[in-house]
Amino acid sequence: MSEVNQATAAEHGLSAIEYDTMLTIMERTPTITELGIFSVMWSEHCSYKSSRKWLKTLPTEGPQVICGPGENAGVVDIGDGLAAVFKIESHNHPSFIEPYQGAATGVGGILRDVFTMGARPVANMNALRFGSPDHPKTRHLVSGVVAGIGGYGNCIGVPTVGGETNFDPAYNGNILVNAMTVGIADADKIFYSAAAGPGNPVVYVGSKTGRDGIHGATMASAEFDDDSEDKRPTVQVGDPFTEKLLLEACLELMATDAIVAIQDMGAAGLTSSTVEMADKGGVGIELNLENTPTREEGMTPYEIMLSESQERMLMVLKPGREAEARAIFEKWELDFAVIGRVTDSGRVLLKMHNETVADIPVSPLVDAAPVYDRPWEPTPVREPVAPDGIAASDAPLKALKKLLSKPNHCSRRWIWEQYDHMVMADTAHRPGGDAAIVRIHNTNRGLAITTDCTPRYCYAEPETGGKQAVAEAWRNLIAVGAKPLALTNNLNFGSPERPPIMGQFVGCVKGIGAAASALDFPVVSGNVSFYNETSGEAILPTPVIGGLGLVDNLAQTARIAFTEKGESIVLIGETTGWLGASSYLQEIHGRREGAPPPVDLATERRNGDFVRSQIVTGSATVCHDISDGGLIVAIAEMALASAIGAILEAPRLNMPLDSWLFGEDQARYVLTTAEPEAMLGAAKASGITASVIGRTGGSALTIDGTHTISVDELRTAHEMWLPDYMAAQ
Amino acid sequence: MKSAVIVFPGSNCDRDVAVALERASGVAPAMVWHRETALPPVDFIVLPGGFSYGDYLRGGAIAARSPIMRDVESRARAGTPVLGICNGFQVLTEVGLLPGILMRNAGLKFICRDVHIAVADNGTVFTGAYTKDQVLRIPVAHNEGNYFADDDTLDALESTGRIAFRYTTPDGTVCDAGNPNGSARSIAGIYSESRTVMGLMPHPERVVDPAHGGTDGANMFAGLVEALAG
Repeated sequence: MSEVNQATAAEHGLSAIEYDTMLTIMERTPTITELGIFSVMWSEHCSYKSSRKWLKTLPTEGPQVICGPGENAGVVDIGDGLAAVFKIESHNHPSFIEPYQGAATGVGGILRDVFTMGARPVANMNALRFGSPDHPKTRHLVSGVVAGIGGYGNCIGVPTVGGETNFDPAYNGNILVNAMTVGIADADKIFYSAAAGPGNPVVYVGSKTGRDGIHGATMASAEFDDDSEDKRPTVQVGDPFTEKLLLEACLELMATDAIVAIQDMGAAGLTSSTVEMADKGGVGIELNLENTPTREEGMTPYEIMLSESQERMLMVLKPGREAEARAIFEKWELDFAVIGRVTDSGRVLLKMHNETVADIPVSPLVDAAPVYDRPWEPTPVREPVAPDGIAASDAPLKALKKLLSKPNHCSRRWIWEQYDHMVMADTAHRPGGDAAIVRIHNTNRGLAITTDCTPRYCYAEPETGGKQAVAEAWRNLIAVGAKPLALTNNLNFGSPERPPIMGQFVGCVKGIGAAASALDFPVVSGNVSFYNETSGEAILPTPVIGGLGLVDNLAQTARIAFTEKGESIVLIGETTGWLGASSYLQEIHGRREGAPPPVDLATERRNGDFVRSQIVTGSATVCHDISDGGLIVAIAEMALASAIGAILEAPRLNMPLDSWLFGEDQARYVLTTAEPEAMLGAAKASGITASVIGRTGGSALTIDGTHTISVDELRTAHEMWLPDYMAAQ
Repeated sequence: MKSAVIVFPGSNCDRDVAVALERASGVAPAMVWHRETALPPVDFIVLPGGFSYGDYLRGGAIAARSPIMRDVESRARAGTPVLGICNGFQVLTEVGLLPGILMRNAGLKFICRDVHIAVADNGTVFTGAYTKDQVLRIPVAHNEGNYFADDDTLDALESTGRIAFRYTTPDGTVCDAGNPNGSARSIAGIYSESRTVMGLMPHPERVVDPAHGGTDGANMFAGLVEALAG
């Protein structure tokens, strides 16, 4: 057994100061097992030591919120005695090293976070970022990640209903795999993790513990270097079949009243579940580690405590309920072992064959976890790009076709057709729209779900980018007719130890907080992933927002596909032709410059509320929000989703046509209606900017009678890039 | 109509098909755990989709050895209609109630999307509510749906009207462009010699309700209820 000293502590990722704090708490030299426990509990991944100060500023409350951040997932009231339980979580570092297993276990982990709370998972989502398509690893990573997400979700039988995918060279050395799960529970039967009742049995269920994933949380708390490939043994291996059994067994046991507390074993495995359950309950826990089901013989206490083997749960049962619980887990052919008991000592006491291997006071371990006020530098302000400062093209629809065939705009069908997005038979709006909708089983109501972030805005101006990510998620929920309820966030950044990166983080969190407040869209759960950089090159700041909304009547929703010919196309919101930091500027002109479009939250709210009213009352037949690529990309997507074209007439413009078509001004939507006068009248009465810009019809997009392109030509460009790319060698 | 849905560890479309059956018949099916050895008295048995035993070894291979399958086999041989959907189809080939096997998709990827299938023969309790050559839009979701059998078996299936469904283009043409997984002769579903056992890869239970975005699967369940009621 290794000796514990400052050097071994440093190998475990603890700083000299953190090592001293540990000695003060322990009042002696810790054992190697204790060092392992301190190191994972104080890792960035588990302790949020660089982010906590800023996360505390986020709005987390609202009348709909049943449980905000701090538990396994957020919980919101969705009416009729039901609650939605949801969270997003990253699995970035493992997915880069071993894409299939990294992505698969990311899905498995977030599913457990949700069913641990008593909810049946009803939908999975994801947000993916890959490097440049030209990078030699990208194709392999896309292939592995998509197969891994599908492999896990398809097998367990939870539909993967949507997501987002971007490519940028900034992710060449650090891809992002963020997975989100939404579940539904009875609002009065939510399960929490606070252990209680000294003497109560502590029970281990699920898979056996192996030597995989040891120190995964520590790996996720350091940047990569050229030797990162050697970290493959720290990536866990997933088994969705076992997770399906664990899901059913847990829900079956939860239908009884035998459980006092339950916590999944995710990052830092048995260590974090034990410590968190004891800390939240203000109690102690004593474990006899020789009773832990293990996959191989001779595992040390250190290995048992730090393993990140998947598909495991820790529970505290009411006394005398062990036999009943064991019968359920044996029915599902899962391990079930009483491995300890709750104590009133306030300590985590670990024994192996009656020998004490760790004895740590819980409160100091948790409360003395380091919190850093990292120095940060604001991101330099960018100058706006004037709408007429870009060379106008005389063929805007050729530019449109080019844009739609770019990696960041092309169809994602190749991805989502590998995900079973219909299992559970409640998927009402499938992938490809603004937000997916899953029906609440046995009702005519639904949950709308979206994931969003525009990293190039966050990079240009973090605070605006943070606001925009929230606003876009909110807008995507509005655009299907849902009432936005709450959000979960996955904050992906480079090293917080570098002030410019910390400045990106601080800016984005400020923006998220401002938008979440203004839109009554509180943050109920989330995850921070730092150290997404390799050899000093950081990713773009990528604060992904997972949004959840409620649909009261599935008949009162909107899709993006044009449904009728001859309807008026109405543009909602102010258009200034903002091309700074736009997709058009980057993809067509090769210029990554300019300030991103401002986000006016009051306008966002007003326009969104108006649009939703038009959808719910049936005045609007279809709806699409305007985001990357601007107005013409939105209209093209509406045509591509149907077989109907559009005839547009640009209003008398005080800007170049390209700026009007491709500008990315925020708070905008495209609606269609059979009664444009009524819609414009209602807009005027509400103080909303709205105008008729054309009508649906034909099988081409036509502008002012001079520019035209067939929808079929656009479809080929839009559909073929990704399958062609993935089929190439 | 009294029906039973067999539940294996890893089944994940058991609830979906139970909902479709109850919607059509007004009676909730019995959900029968794989470790049971005897079915209750029923008019109809479903082996649902999913990943029984995680598809370990081969899709359906381990489920085929489940205790309950002995009674499913004897009921099937006695004439009780048995429907296997997706993984259920794989189980039926593994127990030998249907010929052939389901191999990995030709494209080597999981496929989840709507496909079109034409009713090749409607003279059974499963398909009596459809017309011959009717084209249905029904989703598939599988990794191993590539139907294979030797030529003699395929010829026999064709000559005895035991091909239930073929993959087609939206206009009903049988061709490679309409075949999502490389299945021999575009086969999407087949009948047993007795015509009382059917396996198919597409998921009719996912299109029985307007909220699903399609209802082409509803008539399979309605037809079964009509044929078996009493």
